[in-house]
Amino acid sequence: MTSPIGASIPHDSARLHVSGEALYIDDIPEPRGLLHAAMGLSTEAHARILSLDLTAVRAAPGVVAVIAAEDVPGINDIGPIFPGDPIFADGITQYHGQVIFAVAARTRAEARAATALASITYEKLTPILTLDEALAREDARVAPSRLMKRGEPDLALARSRHRLHGTLYVGGQDHFYLEGQIAVAHPGEQGDMLIQSSTQNPSELQHLVAHALHVPDHSVICETRRMGGGFGGKESQAAIPAAIAALLATRTGRSVKCRMDRDDDMIVTGKRHPFRIDYDVGFDDQGLIGGVHFMLAGDCGHSADLSTGVNDRAMMHADNCYFLENVSILSHRCRTNTVSHTAFRGFGGPQGIMAIEYVLDEIARHLKRDPLLIRQRNFYGITARNVTPYNMVVEDNIIAALVDELARSSDYAARRKAIAAFNLNSRWIKRGIALVPVKFGISFTAIHLNQAGALVQLYTDGSVLLNHGGTEMGQGLFIKVAQVVAEEFGITIDRVRVTATSTAKVPNTSPTAASAGTDLNAKAAQAAAHTIKLRLAHVAAEIFAVPATAVIFANGEVIAGRNRLPFAEMTKLARMQRVSLSATGFYATPKIHFDAETQTGRPFYYFAYGAAVTEVEVDGLTGEYRQRRVDILHDCGKSLNPAIDLGQIEGGFVQGAGWLTSEELWWDDRGQLRTHAPSTYKIPAMGDLAPKFRARIYEAGRNRENAIFRSKAVGEPPLNLGISVFHAIKDAVAAFSANGLSPHLDAPATPERVLMAIEKLRAAAKPGLDRAKAAE
Amino acid sequence: MRTGIRFLLGTETRNLSDVDPTRTVLDYLRDDESLCGTKEGCAEGDCGACTVMLADRDGAGGIRYRPVNSCIMFLPALDGKQLVTIEHLRGPGGALHDVQKAMMDHHAAQCGFCTPGFVMSLATLHRAGVAVDRTEIADALAGNLCRCTGYRPIYDAARSVLAVPRDKTDRAAETSALAAKLDMLDTESESLDMTGAGRRFIAPRSLGELTALLAVHPDALILGGGTDIGLWVTKQRRHLPLLIATEQVPELRRIESSETQLSIGAAVPYADAMASLAALHPATATLLRRIGSRQIRERGTIGGNIANGSPIGDMPPLLIAMGAVLVIASATGERRLAVEAFFLGYRQTALQPGEVLARIEIPKPSPDIHLGIYKVSKRFDQDISAVCAGFALELDNGLVRSMRIGYGGMAATPVRALDVETKLIGAVWGLAIVETAMDAIDQAFTPLSDMRASAQYRRMIARNLLLKFYLEHPAKGETAIRLRLDQPESLTA
Repeated sequence: MTSPIGASIPHDSARLHVSGEALYIDDIPEPRGLLHAAMGLSTEAHARILSLDLTAVRAAPGVVAVIAAEDVPGINDIGPIFPGDPIFADGITQYHGQVIFAVAARTRAEARAATALASITYEKLTPILTLDEALAREDARVAPSRLMKRGEPDLALARSRHRLHGTLYVGGQDHFYLEGQIAVAHPGEQGDMLIQSSTQNPSELQHLVAHALHVPDHSVICETRRMGGGFGGKESQAAIPAAIAALLATRTGRSVKCRMDRDDDMIVTGKRHPFRIDYDVGFDDQGLIGGVHFMLAGDCGHSADLSTGVNDRAMMHADNCYFLENVSILSHRCRTNTVSHTAFRGFGGPQGIMAIEYVLDEIARHLKRDPLLIRQRNFYGITARNVTPYNMVVEDNIIAALVDELARSSDYAARRKAIAAFNLNSRWIKRGIALVPVKFGISFTAIHLNQAGALVQLYTDGSVLLNHGGTEMGQGLFIKVAQVVAEEFGITIDRVRVTATSTAKVPNTSPTAASAGTDLNAKAAQAAAHTIKLRLAHVAAEIFAVPATAVIFANGEVIAGRNRLPFAEMTKLARMQRVSLSATGFYATPKIHFDAETQTGRPFYYFAYGAAVTEVEVDGLTGEYRQRRVDILHDCGKSLNPAIDLGQIEGGFVQGAGWLTSEELWWDDRGQLRTHAPSTYKIPAMGDLAPKFRARIYEAGRNRENAIFRSKAVGEPPLNLGISVFHAIKDAVAAFSANGLSPHLDAPATPERVLMAIEKLRAAAKPGLDRAKAAE
Repeated sequence: MRTGIRFLLGTETRNLSDVDPTRTVLDYLRDDESLCGTKEGCAEGDCGACTVMLADRDGAGGIRYRPVNSCIMFLPALDGKQLVTIEHLRGPGGALHDVQKAMMDHHAAQCGFCTPGFVMSLATLHRAGVAVDRTEIADALAGNLCRCTGYRPIYDAARSVLAVPRDKTDRAAETSALAAKLDMLDTESESLDMTGAGRRFIAPRSLGELTALLAVHPDALILGGGTDIGLWVTKQRRHLPLLIATEQVPELRRIESSETQLSIGAAVPYADAMASLAALHPATATLLRRIGSRQIRERGTIGGNIANGSPIGDMPPLLIAMGAVLVIASATGERRLAVEAFFLGYRQTALQPGEVLARIEIPKPSPDIHLGIYKVSKRFDQDISAVCAGFALELDNGLVRSMRIGYGGMAATPVRALDVETKLIGAVWGLAIVETAMDAIDQAFTPLSDMRASAQYRRMIARNLLLKFYLEHPAKGETAIRLRLDQPESLTA
């Protein structure tokens, strides 16, 4: 038997996925009398609710219960850290689409139809609808601003030979998990409530629901077998349907399912934070940054939700792979009357990386040098120039070697030349190429979240039941943790079964987020398995009269000196000896700390690295573009499961590319989101995939820290690789400039923004020149 | 009259009567049959998680398999057909289907929620038994969204199972057995007229029957493939009391080709008309594969795309440019109308109560006609146009003999740009006159700003698309520049 560690074992649900047998929340057989919930939403972005008449809703066919703010027995707030996220708007609406009331009816159709019958009168208040408006108003903040500063940026800027400043807008992103938000609440005896939820955060959901119901935490159990995608969108936002289902279940004494349809899901729940980035950078002739000021304004929406963490992480990633000796990063957490923006794969990190990557590209264009060269010049050093703006020493820096390898394997230099030649001869279609590196910090920046628990149970047939605090959203967490437990016991992977995550099995867990799912939960599971293994070893040692340390678990057997017995036999023996076959395990990430006041510390256990080269082609008459080729090299440390990790790398890249290209959130002048379904919100489709798409795991990767089997987290880092698509487009757009100007391009770079950027370059070149040239 | 529908669910016969005829197949599968492998991702036919396979006799003794979106398809669409879902795909003893196995072997599922839809799209392609290339795979899966994988492993899985031509010999028995079973359902001898939940659905079986019904029920909603009307129910939650379907009317399902024209029945789904339309001119083929998705094109009809009066339908600009004529039928006879005269205002058409769009007659382009059709949208595949433009140019000794221009997305209706055409006709075909015409485009339109595009961008590309057309079809003696980012170059690895 070969070790399961490092093997490309299929996802534990692969067979169920392809056969349609995997049960998502909506597929679980419904109990007798189950009711369906639907939500009534605000039609004003900011208003005082003068009257709320739900008589017609209550009288509608099939309706069993209708509830609003005053019907919440406990706390009408599901803010995960700070208050401010009411389940039902109470008196004031803070965004268009905020939930005001909810209905339970016999059928989904009846519940949804009834919501349209409410009679609500509003007194309109003046909403803040844009980030710029919010930024200009100091009272429009969800949390205090933060400043991270190192060195003397003002002085450095004043001394710099070259100086550039500008503003970049980066749009938000809808998660567009294919399975919408959903929860089913089953009332039990004595006020107990079982919640089946599509959530990344069962423990928090348990607490929030308990608070809303005004019952102790022990009365609420939250269970999650799998999600149809999460991406951060089900970290705090899953509490919305869960709280509503639980409140209606309490009210009616019947099970209640709250499945949000796609439109409600996109309108009601938060998204990636849109950002405005202002920069002022000074640099020398070689493009080496002397000093830089960043102002990062995050659009948090109407409430704090997870926005402090998101904006913190943006600040901590504004360095990316580069040593910024003299730097200030000012972060404003702006409040607007839109949906409360939330966690999304990368958690602010991608916005921070966008800031510095844009600056480096601008420096390169100003100096008329290859942007890759400028990036390389500014890389962190190994023994010097290796301290981040928040005073953490980068100990595991591999970016230079990784980028060299990718530049070589992707033939970057030769292709760059070929593209320049192509562009000389092609007036209307231009190509561009960009290599963007990524360094991403691994650990929750909220230090206390870096812990995990697991429960491992052996049965006397030698099969293992494994539970831990992590949730499965498609990322392959369950199989990876199972691999670790199988390795520990020396048994095959099919002997280990992972079942639904439950707050009743493993309590007080952290969300499955920050890429840390495997790092934390596999370590906890390993610890639990190790505890049981030690007990078994002692039993074997006693029976076979060998030292316990000499007992080996391998190949499905337990070997004690000259004695070998099947693993199942060993578990039977242990039971006969009255030895416990279940154990919990716990893990807390070592070494990390952070001081929010001084903005210094070691917030990350380690860094994950990667880089991508993208080549695109842009149509100068319409702004449309296509990816032609993508090469990715990504560091997973020593990969636990290369097939699963590659899936995260490729999927992350495409999701990141979508964020910066076709995925555009569009609110109208009333604050109403008009892109709330796939007909108007365009995530990448198969045809967008580059015809040459080559992603590889960095072979030399190895985690310097003692992470599980020296692997590295892989959930979020590769999303940032999609930034190379944005810069390849910018590179192609720049080729339309007759006099070497750098284009201004905001994200997402829709065909419209691309064409506008090209037109600006044309206008700047010389008005009217275009047509004259075309006549040639 | 039959008052209930009969179909095969897998291999089992189902008789349904007294059911809501606007109930979707997806809700029926999940709620009534407890077949939960088919998923709802969007309820608007845009994500493909609900994809199922629909099999029907092809009229020539064979079976035609179609991937369709069950989330926006009403139950009566199943009448007389076989519905195959992910649950019906596995072989004896639960063995995985080749497509399922390939998806598993290539790690092509992560969260797994979109997976049944991908499997059903691919399984439908697999039934066809022919090799497919990269473009065809991307086309077949354009209507299936995956948020996890980034598509590469799905593409590899598809490639591995489809790239090799498969033996079709053992299909004959299967086909005739299924055809016989469908015959046994006996749905063709009588028209369907079913009522349930206060809604009535009639599926006449001749044009005469249809127009007679419309004369009696002028307020009835005429239902084609339902790829638009389905959303009225799933998204707008509208109550549709009376639907009269065109799907079973043979006269409206005909494609007839003569020397001078192609006539397409209004109820012909895109998928069925693709070959004939593509044969008219290569430019039409590139547009057609970007209309909706494979699933939408298997249900959506060309007549519906016109009759729904949408300003952003993609067929009207092409048809306007090609000089197509609409034939409108009623109990009193037929009348004919140029496509551009059909659109009166936003979602308002020239169809009078009692009338139905019967067919579209497209003149066959002469060999010397220059035809260009351009669609600009945020995403290349399965998106709705910001602007769609069709140009048909005839030159005579370097002079513009005729030019027809159709635009979508530039006004409340699809429009013919007559003012622009006037500027061009009789002029020397060259950049000078094209620039004059581009300025005329600015004058001619005041488009809207919305989530798809700003007015400014729409004006800009409306101008630029004419320039693009010129650059691709320049004056004699100049070299044409190919300005396409699409096939073949970009999609061939």
